[in-house]
Amino acid sequence: MSDFDLKAATQEYATRLGDDSVVLGHRISEWTSNGPFLEEDIALSNVALDYIGRARMYYTYAAELAGNGKTEDDLAYTRDMREFRNLLIHELPRGDFAYTMVRQLLVDVFNTHYLPELAKSSDSTLAGIAQKAIKETRYHLRRSHEWALRLGDGTEESHQRMQRALESLWGYTHELFDADPLELQLAEAGVGVHNAALRPAWLAQVSAILTEATLTVPKDDWAVRGGRVGYHTENLGHLLNDMQFLHRAYPGCQW
Amino acid sequence: MMTPEQNFMRKIEAEEKIEPKDWMPETYRQNLIRQISQHAHSEVIGMQPEGNWITRAPSLRRKAVLLSKVQDEGGHGLYLYSSCETLGVKRADLIAAMQSGEAKYASIFNYPTQTWADIGAIGWLVDGAAIVNQVSLQRTSYGPYSRAMIRICKEESFHQRQGYELMIALAHGSPEQKAMAQDALNRFYWPALMMFGPHDAESAHSAKSMTWKIKRETNDDLRQKFIDQTVPQIEFLGLAHPDKDLKWNAERGHYDSGEIDWQEFYNVINGNGHCNRQRIEHHVRAHEEGAWVRDAMTAYNAKQQAKTTEQRQAA
Ligand SMILES: [Fe+2]
Ligand SMILES: [Fe+2]
Ligand SMILES: [Fe+2]
Repeated sequence: MSDFDLKAATQEYATRLGDDSVVLGHRISEWTSNGPFLEEDIALSNVALDYIGRARMYYTYAAELAGNGKTEDDLAYTRDMREFRNLLIHELPRGDFAYTMVRQLLVDVFNTHYLPELAKSSDSTLAGIAQKAIKETRYHLRRSHEWALRLGDGTEESHQRMQRALESLWGYTHELFDADPLELQLAEAGVGVHNAALRPAWLAQVSAILTEATLTVPKDDWAVRGGRVGYHTENLGHLLNDMQFLHRAYPGCQW
Repeated sequence: MMTPEQNFMRKIEAEEKIEPKDWMPETYRQNLIRQISQHAHSEVIGMQPEGNWITRAPSLRRKAVLLSKVQDEGGHGLYLYSSCETLGVKRADLIAAMQSGEAKYASIFNYPTQTWADIGAIGWLVDGAAIVNQVSLQRTSYGPYSRAMIRICKEESFHQRQGYELMIALAHGSPEQKAMAQDALNRFYWPALMMFGPHDAESAHSAKSMTWKIKRETNDDLRQKFIDQTVPQIEFLGLAHPDKDLKWNAERGHYDSGEIDWQEFYNVINGNGHCNRQRIEHHVRAHEEGAWVRDAMTAYNAKQQAKTTEQRQAA
């Protein structure tokens, strides 16, 4: 394994997972004061908060492994769009409430399968972060599951909005199960997860929920990829403009 | 035998709480509905100016702290709406009254949050002023409102400390950060004083509210407390005090201060501040955009109920 530096790979992996969390957390936080009613506004802020918390744990670990004095904030606030490695599904716009909830459902089901695997990692820090995140994720899934039922089997309009969101998001789910050489090697080393192996269980569970919600499981006839190599949609640049502007406007400051 | 009215006044005088099922004068009820719902609306509308900086917070820690603060404010809103509903009104009607402008919310939230330092200034001064007011309301005569205040005050104190801590970071930071802090203090200090309402002599609802112990201290007394407690806080930050007429009065044991711009106060209260229209429009937009979601929920619940009934009949 001379050409494989486990520590560097783990650092990169933690950064990727931090990117996934911060970008999705940021997106969901856009709902604050925009929710369909107060209880839901609060609940969405809570989901956002959980993802920001995860991002901080992953980034802090990545920074620690880098050992160059960088912090979680250097990772979040000073890298450009092309350096971000989040999966594309996380950066897609907030959309309407159906779009947000369908994305959450797809991601939540993924995470309820992914995190228990990561919790078995031989890297105790990653395992610990995953362990912490599992509980919250199950709670998120309970919510997104309930919303899928209510909106899928609610009114004609809500049903249509859900089906439309599902069709436009489905092609971004394939990336969740990809693995580049780095992630494959990490999985082989017992640090990472074999994501591809999670798809059958993910698909079965998502399909069951969608069917229960009277929605149709989309066809697997398109896929967009690129997050893990920094090939992003246009949305991420705008998200980072917002997120990073103040931090970048006053370099070197403590906040 | 005491009349219900006499018994009510006896309880008020004996510092017994009035509970939802107790007899109360209709004007007492109306007065409470006005005050509690106004407080609830303030919590909810306040989510906008602070929410304005969630996506731009300069560190992940600050982002998390702010998200969680705004979430708390939403929780306060919910809690207060529930207190208000114990008086026989519906949340939906209260919200409609706010959206139509018939019910008010705290004018402070009609000021724009222009810089990041405003988030610190709001936590420190606005939550700070709210606490001064609410600490006295913990002893308010209506039970559910009093209990809501006790619970909410704890979180508001936390917000105030976090806001002040944010200001310390700025005031002790780079020259640009310090300037940002000073600017925010200058813009939010006077509106924070206005949060206590008009002078006692001008206050429309004060006298009755004091008799009924809905309010426990007068606007001017509460404002004086806030003025006094803020002076050393500004000093510690090393910032200039925005009130150039501020002077210690040894005889009174309080600070004398400059006069509030009451024309500005009434202008904002009457709906013509910087953000009055924007705040309402934002609330109405979010509410309307959420209509299909609420409809779907209702429809889904109805379907579920019908299914259960069907099953029960089949069994
Ligand atoms: Fe509050
Ligand atoms: Fe408050
Ligand atoms: Fe607060």
